[in-house]
Amino acid sequence: MEIPLSNKAAILPRDRSQRAESAFQIIILLSALAIVVLLAAIFLSLVLYSLPSLTAFGPSFLVRKTWDPVTGTFGALPFLVGTLLTSFLALLISMPFSLAISIFIGEYFKRGVVSSILKNVTELLAGIPSIIYGFWALFVLVPIVRGFQMKVGIFPYGVGIFTASLILSVMIIPYAASIGREVITLVPSGIKEAAYSLGATRQEVITKVILPYARSGMTAGILLALGRALGETMAVTMVIGNSNRLPHSLFSPGNTMASVIANEFTEATASLYVSSLIEVGLLLFLVTMIINVIGRFIIKKISIGA
Amino acid sequence: MKALLCACLAFGLFCVSPLSPANAVELLGAGATFPYPLYSKMFYVYWQETGVKINYQAIGSGGGQRQLLKMTVDFGGSDAFMSDEALEKAPAKILHIPTCLGAVAITYNLPGSPKLRFTPNVIADIFLGNITQWNDQRISGLNPEQELPNMNIVVVHRSEGSGTTFVFTDYLSKVSEEWKKKVGRGKAVNWPAGLGSKGNPGVAGLIKYFPGAIGYVELGYALLNRMPVALLQNRAGRFIKPSTTSTSIAANVTLPEDTRISITDTEAPEGYPISSFTWVLVFKEQAYRGRTREKARALSNALWWMIHEGQKYTEPLHYAPLPLEAIVRAENAIQSISYNGNPVVQ
Repeated sequence: MEIPLSNKAAILPRDRSQRAESAFQIIILLSALAIVVLLAAIFLSLVLYSLPSLTAFGPSFLVRKTWDPVTGTFGALPFLVGTLLTSFLALLISMPFSLAISIFIGEYFKRGVVSSILKNVTELLAGIPSIIYGFWALFVLVPIVRGFQMKVGIFPYGVGIFTASLILSVMIIPYAASIGREVITLVPSGIKEAAYSLGATRQEVITKVILPYARSGMTAGILLALGRALGETMAVTMVIGNSNRLPHSLFSPGNTMASVIANEFTEATASLYVSSLIEVGLLLFLVTMIINVIGRFIIKKISIGA
Repeated sequence: MKALLCACLAFGLFCVSPLSPANAVELLGAGATFPYPLYSKMFYVYWQETGVKINYQAIGSGGGQRQLLKMTVDFGGSDAFMSDEALEKAPAKILHIPTCLGAVAITYNLPGSPKLRFTPNVIADIFLGNITQWNDQRISGLNPEQELPNMNIVVVHRSEGSGTTFVFTDYLSKVSEEWKKKVGRGKAVNWPAGLGSKGNPGVAGLIKYFPGAIGYVELGYALLNRMPVALLQNRAGRFIKPSTTSTSIAANVTLPEDTRISITDTEAPEGYPISSFTWVLVFKEQAYRGRTREKARALSNALWWMIHEGQKYTEPLHYAPLPLEAIVRAENAIQSISYNGNPVVQ
């Protein structure tokens, strides 16, 4: 007969249980360290493999506008601009929606059918593969944007930076919304009730009590969403137009760092070409890291204030 | 706990145990995506007929060359022949064996899908962004019987590096000085105009939903999807409709011994001008990395089958079969394959 685990631990000799304890600690430590080592290794190999292009172009890689595999001149400015533009625009578009959803299911309808449907649907959005988003954007969103562009009198490409931002914003809503909901429900009911007892309306409670209390957590959610937007590849590639020129308006076709890597890596043969693509990867890595660090800083600042 | 360990161990042993018979030869190839449907069909039939399994991974021409050079595959597939420098850098002599031909078709989306004719210069100027309207005199002059709309031309090209782009830009570089100077040829180029989309389906999809768009796709893809294709003027001055026949004819030129030749802008009077061979790449000397003689033999036999019996699978799948002269060259190459200096095929 097997003895339940809790009883088993109780009857073990003391030194044996201590040994098990320390082994457990070592395993935990090693797996935690493995992540750090892995991250360092990824960074190092990115640097190592992009050395040829780092030495060939230096800092001009960041400001050059041409990307010409035939002559071997590579500059990442169009992709850098494309990534930052699409990600921040997507964040801007998605913010009102994710904020509204998190307040709605975090405060107004905590339980019940409506809330559980809304909660599940938002979370389901996160589970849809990005290629599906891409196809939907290509066949539904692009014609709509094209129609709009024709009315306004812009050249009706349909695809471009704006369309990519639109689809990205839908894709990142669940990340910001579900974390937002989580932190809103964590606001102690004591302080909310205190506010109500002082005669505050619901709107006042939300804007003056809940949001200030939850804002550092919500910022973390937005940051996670931004990280997702920066690295998103497939859906963006399908609707951004894949033009390696610097975009001159929000509606013009462009390209992002992730999508240029996905597009060109498989058939890149010249070593400088491959190395330049890896340097674009390094750049993406650094941009993500910098934005994360800035975000951390903001979170820290506003949590002290709260 | 112990039972779990035992189960793990048993599972591990089960995984490494040789389930397949040890004597079955299996060949591994990797490379170009363009001939992948054809190779899949060929290798399936070959497996049924001979019991030799050939596994082909469509990872792209560049990847195929890299994997062969690293000696991780038995053969590589490539839409572009290897350059002289690349061959010199290779660890041993590499043979090019043509397996079939492909072509690139110009396709467009115009109301009523009119049949259009283009000259090389007009095509180059459209893709350079010099001609921007469908009712431009230079297009309507070539197609006097068509009523061309006052519509913007939107160029659609491949967004990822691809052999199709290489063949197309190779052609444009040959027919247009301006293209050669400004853009050049390559699997990915710095496109002066238009939008990029991934793969043949991506380009075709964008064109289909975009009135006024023009782009290029593989001939097989265009035929399979019944897309309108343009007639193109070749070097002999004739307007040629892209088809498997006119593609095969394009290779009816004097071929070099190693078949490394670009046949775009062909001299053949009935040949379609944007055509190209696709090759299988193998090492001439097969005794490397502990490979067996049987394996070398199996590889040579499979290649021999591909350029003879295998050719009948080309046209149903919209690939162009090899013309006679190319088959002779390919035979010579296969016969020169050796194992420790001795020929493998008699």
